[in-house]
Amino acid sequence: MTGDPTLEPIAKGNDVALCAAGPWTARFAPVLEQMVADAEKLCGSRPNIFIDVSQVDKLDTFGAWLIERLRRSLTHGDVEARIAGLSANYSSLVDEVRRVKAAPAADMTTVSIIGMLDQIGRSVAGFGTTLIQLIDMLGAVLAATGRVLIRPKTFRLTSTVHHLEQVCWRAVPIVGLITFLIGCIISQQGIFHFRKFGADIFVVDMLGVLVLREIGVLLVAIMVAGRSGSAYTAELGSMKMREEIDALRTMGFDPIEVLILPRMLALIIALPILAFLGAMAALYGGGLVAWLYGGVDPEAFLLRLRDAISIDHFVVGIVKAPVMAAVIGIVACVEGLAVEGSAESLGQHTTSSVVKGIFFVIVMDGVFAIFFASIGM
Amino acid sequence: MATETSDAIIRVRDITVQFGVTRVLDGLDLDVKRGEILGFVGPSGAGKSVLTRTIIGLVPKVAGRIEVFGVDLDSASARERRGVERRWGILFQQGALFSSLTVRQNIQFPVREYLNVSQRLLDEIMVAKLGMVGLRPEVADRFPSELSGGMIKRVALARALALDPELVFLDEPTSGLDPIGAGDFDELVRTLQRTLGLTVFMVTHDLDSLYTACDRIAVLGNGKIIAAGSMADMQASQHPWLRAYFHGKRARAVMG
Repeated sequence: MTGDPTLEPIAKGNDVALCAAGPWTARFAPVLEQMVADAEKLCGSRPNIFIDVSQVDKLDTFGAWLIERLRRSLTHGDVEARIAGLSANYSSLVDEVRRVKAAPAADMTTVSIIGMLDQIGRSVAGFGTTLIQLIDMLGAVLAATGRVLIRPKTFRLTSTVHHLEQVCWRAVPIVGLITFLIGCIISQQGIFHFRKFGADIFVVDMLGVLVLREIGVLLVAIMVAGRSGSAYTAELGSMKMREEIDALRTMGFDPIEVLILPRMLALIIALPILAFLGAMAALYGGGLVAWLYGGVDPEAFLLRLRDAISIDHFVVGIVKAPVMAAVIGIVACVEGLAVEGSAESLGQHTTSSVVKGIFFVIVMDGVFAIFFASIGM
Repeated sequence: MATETSDAIIRVRDITVQFGVTRVLDGLDLDVKRGEILGFVGPSGAGKSVLTRTIIGLVPKVAGRIEVFGVDLDSASARERRGVERRWGILFQQGALFSSLTVRQNIQFPVREYLNVSQRLLDEIMVAKLGMVGLRPEVADRFPSELSGGMIKRVALARALALDPELVFLDEPTSGLDPIGAGDFDELVRTLQRTLGLTVFMVTHDLDSLYTACDRIAVLGNGKIIAAGSMADMQASQHPWLRAYFHGKRARAVMG
């Protein structure tokens, strides 16, 4: 009963029978396809030919279709090639595949220079659209804030606190650890190079200014974009995919008010706190390395730090934090709401949320640097 | 041939499934015979889907033994298991189509992975399968998010049938379909069972499906099979849940 399927031409008087035998099933599909192609080449133009399937002991859709394909290629004009010896069990299957029309070809995407240029053009144009979407979202969030200020009862405190826990409280350990390590590294590198000039102590100036003005807030913002921005996009995106956002809207709730405002607010509160904690951790790490590696004792470190930095440095750093939080939040929400039906789209938009979030954070940092330089801070 | 049609394609013996302290299935036995359509019913939350998922290996069991095609799935090697998996098809309740692939790619996916055949044959088989589940070839290049609920079920069935399995699991195939669509679907399952010689394991709540499509019905309650048999057996049973189910207002409407 088992064995390989076969297809052999046998002469029967004037006619030629193509005798199919054995199991014509999916398992043997590659072999069967080759046999059918060979038979088509061999007998394609011959008249008086029929297909004998009486020896076939197992047939499924694959086998039935290949027999049907063979029958079609043996058909010339109005004379249809016959299929003989079909058992009653399989006749409905053969009838089923007989109704199959030619398959539509898959549209292939071809790679070409023009296609690549087209892609670049679309990306550039897409950047303009992104900016408009961001401004649109900013406007919508501000309008929602206005509505909530008029009717404070509609403010979602529980939701805000929940998100605050997620983005602030739970981020403290990792933010603290990373900024601590960065502080250590800056300090170590500073001492290593400044020592050549006998200027070890100036590492404190460098550490203080760098951490408080730039690194503290920038690093924390980048971490938050990766940690919370991506989470926002994924949450909103999967809600969008499952029509939860549409459900909210039909119940008369504004998704911006219910979903986005609490998230934005949580982020705007969280980032300055995290930036402050991060700056402290970095200074602590830097001080520790300066003491253990550079021989600057803590007392001298603090004395020097007090001389080197003023409250201005701290203000410059911390003022940037809420703005960066707003940028990260808006980018994440825009991307989340742009998710379409597929898992792939969710992945793309989450990636894009992090990439764009970090990009805009750095752009904002540059803008702030120019601003503070021109007002002399 | 007669002996082959009567033997059990799925043999479940004494299986127990537990989530934490809740025991969902408690020493359950079940046979599914070759070539039959078994309707599987029970109150919501009784563990119908859990049993299905246990048989196909998605939920771990605490005790018991499951044989599919005569292969004990616990002691089977990875190779034997793959062999079994190739011979069954599963229609999940929500369809579980791959959202980033088109209908064409969804149906061709298992075929492409298991068989080394030409793109032409893949396309032709895809169209044949779409035809079998009553869809036109034009939907081939749509994404799952662009399909209606009924179409998703049909495409998912076409994907489950892609490799010409001998056994199909259908988890609530007619839920979420309109009565006409559900009726068509029952008819479709019947036709496919006749044409392809399928064995069908169908979890359902649809009395119409039970009445028109199923050869045999098994009822799950308290973690065990409380009854199994033909529709007539079910109607004759004195078990309170069965009486409520098969003699309720809705049941009377179906059976006239």
